[in-house]
Amino acid sequence: MRKFPILLGLVLLLALFAGQAAAQEPTPSADEVNAIAKNLYCPVCANVPLDACGSAACVQWRQQIFDLLAAGNSEQQIYDYFVRHGPAVLAAPPPGGLNWLIYLLPPAAVLLGAALLWRGLSAWRQKAPPPRGETRKNKYSNMIEDELKARR
Amino acid sequence: MAAEGTEHTSIWGRLLAWALLLGLLSLVAVQLSRSQRGILTRGEAAPPFTLTTFDGTELGPADMAGKVVLVNFWASWCKPCEQEAEALQTAWEQYQGRGDVLFLGVDYADTEKEALAYLDRWNITYSNGPDLGTQIYYTFRARGVPETFILSKLGEVAFVKIGPFQDLEGITTAVDRLLEP
Repeated sequence: MRKFPILLGLVLLLALFAGQAAAQEPTPSADEVNAIAKNLYCPVCANVPLDACGSAACVQWRQQIFDLLAAGNSEQQIYDYFVRHGPAVLAAPPPGGLNWLIYLLPPAAVLLGAALLWRGLSAWRQKAPPPRGETRKNKYSNMIEDELKARR
Repeated sequence: MAAEGTEHTSIWGRLLAWALLLGLLSLVAVQLSRSQRGILTRGEAAPPFTLTTFDGTELGPADMAGKVVLVNFWASWCKPCEQEAEALQTAWEQYQGRGDVLFLGVDYADTEKEALAYLDRWNITYSNGPDLGTQIYYTFRARGVPETFILSKLGEVAFVKIGPFQDLEGITTAVDRLLEP
């Protein structure tokens, strides 16, 4: 009878450790799943990222991400797995082929715009000032100067 | 002399800009025309494709030659697909001994675990495989699931069903017509 509290204590201690061990299972959180899901699009729901999509297909895909994470796959391995459904599932298409245009055209357009702007500004700066009396402003200031000269 | 050089550069610059613009417009036009072509229709030649089944068997044009081929696009998340699952399996059981009919299930945008569970639930025994890269789906210019294409022995699209078959008769009528001498 005296041993009962000791046994009970041991059982409680074991239960506590067992609980901790269960909590230490590598369970991926919803945030971890969504961090990957936001970079994926299922082919069924056009233009809706996987983390914001409520269709049955998307729910299954998110579960698949969960399973793959739980199995120890890296983020890149999970993307590689989903590319089996075609590269269109990726938010950012892999560079290669015509996809290069997506990566090259925007910076090329910015560079071209900057070059055109620079060229336009240079040409504008180099422009000679208009000859005397050519503009309306000069015309009137010349008239005033002439009038002042005449009065002196 | 310098002015002439600048003018030359300007012309080449304009030509390059126009060429780029035309190139981009052509790309957009090609993509638009592809997306506007619509689903494969009766009488069109069936596009060649290879399906790798869940157990790793490859079924290509050589396996389909001279056979009536029923290509069914489905997914485990697709509720309407369940309406025809039993009828498709029953039809397959009727034809599988003949040797000149082939049923192929093409699993679209699915997860393998769920797909296998679906096949198990409906006791489906005809060849099924994932549509890797959704290539077969786009080759057939499908628009959703379920969709079924029945190809004649000559390799032409002979029957197209958008949505689920309502009953077994709908399937057998379409297949039997192609088996008539």
